[in-house]
Amino acid sequence: MSCSRRKFLKSTLKGTLAASVPLSAFRFLSPAESRAATESTGTPGTRWGFIVDTNKCVGCGFCVKACKKENEVPYDAPVTRTWVERYVVTRDGKDYIDSPMGGRDGFTDPKIRGEEIPPEEITKAFFVPKLCNQCENPPCVQVCPVGATYQTGDGVVLVDRSWCIGCGYCIMACPYGVRFFHPVYRVAEKCTFCYHRISKGMKTACVDACPFGARQIGNLLDPEDPVAQIVQTQRVAVLKDEYGTKPQVFYIGLDKNVR
Amino acid sequence: MKNHVLRPLWVVLGAIALLLLVRYFMVPADFGVHGESFKLSFHRLSNVDDWRNFTVKYKGNTLCIECHEENVEAHANSAHAIIQCENCHGPAENHPDNPESLALDTSRELCLRCHADLPYPSSTARNQIPPIDPNKHNPGSACVQCHNPHNPELEVG
Amino acid sequence: MTPELFVHGLEWTEKSLYVYPNEFIYWSIQIVMYPYMTGLVAGAFVLSSLYHVFGQQDLKDMARFSLVFSLCLLPVAMMPLQFHLQQPLRGIEVMFTPHFTSAIAAFGIVFSTYAVIVMSEIWFVYRTYFVEQIGELKNDTSAAGSIKRWIYIILALGASDLSDKAVAKDKKAVKILAGIGIPVAGFLHGYAGFIFGSVKANALWMSPLMPVIFIMSAVVSGIALCMLTYIIIMEWKKFQAVLARGKGDETVLLLRGVEMDVMTKTARYLIMFLVAAISLEMLDLIFRGYTAMKSWDILRSVMFHEDFVKIFVLQYGLGNLVPFIMLLIPGLTIRRTVIALCLVLFGVFMMRWNVVIGGQAFSLSFAGFMHYHLPIIPHNLETFKEGLFGALTVAATPFVLFWGINKLLPSLDLKH
Repeated sequence: MSCSRRKFLKSTLKGTLAASVPLSAFRFLSPAESRAATESTGTPGTRWGFIVDTNKCVGCGFCVKACKKENEVPYDAPVTRTWVERYVVTRDGKDYIDSPMGGRDGFTDPKIRGEEIPPEEITKAFFVPKLCNQCENPPCVQVCPVGATYQTGDGVVLVDRSWCIGCGYCIMACPYGVRFFHPVYRVAEKCTFCYHRISKGMKTACVDACPFGARQIGNLLDPEDPVAQIVQTQRVAVLKDEYGTKPQVFYIGLDKNVR
Repeated sequence: MKNHVLRPLWVVLGAIALLLLVRYFMVPADFGVHGESFKLSFHRLSNVDDWRNFTVKYKGNTLCIECHEENVEAHANSAHAIIQCENCHGPAENHPDNPESLALDTSRELCLRCHADLPYPSSTARNQIPPIDPNKHNPGSACVQCHNPHNPELEVG
Repeated sequence: MTPELFVHGLEWTEKSLYVYPNEFIYWSIQIVMYPYMTGLVAGAFVLSSLYHVFGQQDLKDMARFSLVFSLCLLPVAMMPLQFHLQQPLRGIEVMFTPHFTSAIAAFGIVFSTYAVIVMSEIWFVYRTYFVEQIGELKNDTSAAGSIKRWIYIILALGASDLSDKAVAKDKKAVKILAGIGIPVAGFLHGYAGFIFGSVKANALWMSPLMPVIFIMSAVVSGIALCMLTYIIIMEWKKFQAVLARGKGDETVLLLRGVEMDVMTKTARYLIMFLVAAISLEMLDLIFRGYTAMKSWDILRSVMFHEDFVKIFVLQYGLGNLVPFIMLLIPGLTIRRTVIALCLVLFGVFMMRWNVVIGGQAFSLSFAGFMHYHLPIIPHNLETFKEGLFGALTVAATPFVLFWGINKLLPSLDLKH
């Protein structure tokens, strides 16, 4: 009795195993997949890069407004794909930083978090727009446990909203704080360099919205591209170089106080 | 009786087989390494197209000029030429089909984004823009009552 | 109609000074519970293996119990993650498309391997018992009896051989599995430490010592929990014996003797691991202070100002130093042990708290702070899951499971 049951169990298992082994082999080695492996997912010959000229930014916040509307990030949620920071440095070397609602409504109040800073004490003040750095070595992609975030062939880091499990590891791994949970879709959300626009030959919404030319996007692999030329010929800096993320957003006029 | 020690192992192998079977049906067929490395390019291929097909909302001045030529040209010759139509008029989306008319922002707050006076040194780019003190310069009134946004030199009568 | 906005973390995060707009305390109480619970699992298993592998006879009475208890803790290590995920139904994707460059991707594999080892080991330990029960329950005609019998028949997997040779094979298998289990349990928890230690964006977490610190404190908490549960069960038995036969009865004295003996011996192991854990943590702290990297200014203000009470008073003081002294003073009593064990468990919990919440207490900008307010009264699913009651649910589950599993796998009999 027990012997026949065992036999039955064994043969069932063997059968399942035999069926599953080629099945799994198929999963990893299907011709479609190995072909896909050599394909590049982005526009060929393109590496998107971004220039932020902090000398030109006046803190109007039109970029943040446009970004939120263009990319359907709820307007009144305190999270945003791009934001503008204000830095006010006083005579004693102290810095005051703020970005109310990410600078969505611009900076119209001289007070920072309700604190009045005596104008005669201010030695320098400037605005710094921030967005995803689309790192060449993105820690957020490295830590995604399920392959829901990835880097396209043209260097943009995207999130698959249908596959993200919402663990938040990518949010934790980003040294720049550009990621957040989308308030409606409840998955990781980030700047896509307006992938839907740049892949149609348009500029990003924030670049278009900026009246002062403080933001530019371009192809770093094209020697004729203005952005590529600025990166090659001018002195540009990146944020938090020490993390080894190799950011592709380059800053002109970056101050040491910028976080 | 034969060796019973491997029994738990058979159970485990059965579970693994079951998992692989479920995986086969659950994972999209285009999921895999689509690029140089497993580290950066392991994803569902069609998601790239999902993002490419996202709706564009800000269409740019070139769309506006098709119908509102007069306004766009007047604006293009003013000091406000650097400001995109949609910054104040709102994203065009599929205007004039949908929405039929855009939600124009004529609020004082909109103008103050650039024109509110901030007491910063002249090195700040903001100082190139004519400033007003929002608390002293006709507080409470809309800027457009006096100023023509398409040509700020011109005061409304 | 606008869909309801839910900004994850907004509810319990209070920001001060300059914090990036998107920063919130995204990893909250459940992520404190997660390493705490895996720590208990790993610790309980290591304790049971000390007997099976190294033949620590003094742990014999604890071994079977801690093995079954680590089985009860198994699903609980997964629960906090499920509670924490924004898309809990997609959690299984970790098994489908594991992206192995992520420390979390290993979870599915390591955790399943570990689960398999624990369950197989239990199967070998209890196989004889299953077979005996199948025989004993044969004459039980009640519904409960026959259901139980069928469960045992399924559990026995058709292996009904109880010859000396077969039983000897079981014993050998247990030994091998326990041997493999120790490194896997260590790995299970070490990699929980790696999940944190490898986040280079977080100045507090990033440390190669993190996995080792996590393993040490895991073993500490695991041993402490097993000891505590053992004491509670023995006290209950004593209480029953006292009720039945009076205070001076032989059984009561015997129980008391066994209990105290097991305690003094297990406590020695606890102290050893406690010393190792504290030494590593101190090394980490001293190193950060001495090298004074860019992040040290903000770390220092978090550790010595914002979170001083939580770190130095509650964690190191009350959670480590006090129980350490209590366990070292000669003439250990059960009451003193219980208090010390509770403090140890509390101390390890505070360590997890200070790592997980403390790591998010300062902004990535190094220019601001975030304060965490644990949601107490839930008013939606989110504040339940990631609030006090969610955490309590997780904490209570292993005991509920143990109550159930103990009916099938009795692990508290004196005569085994």
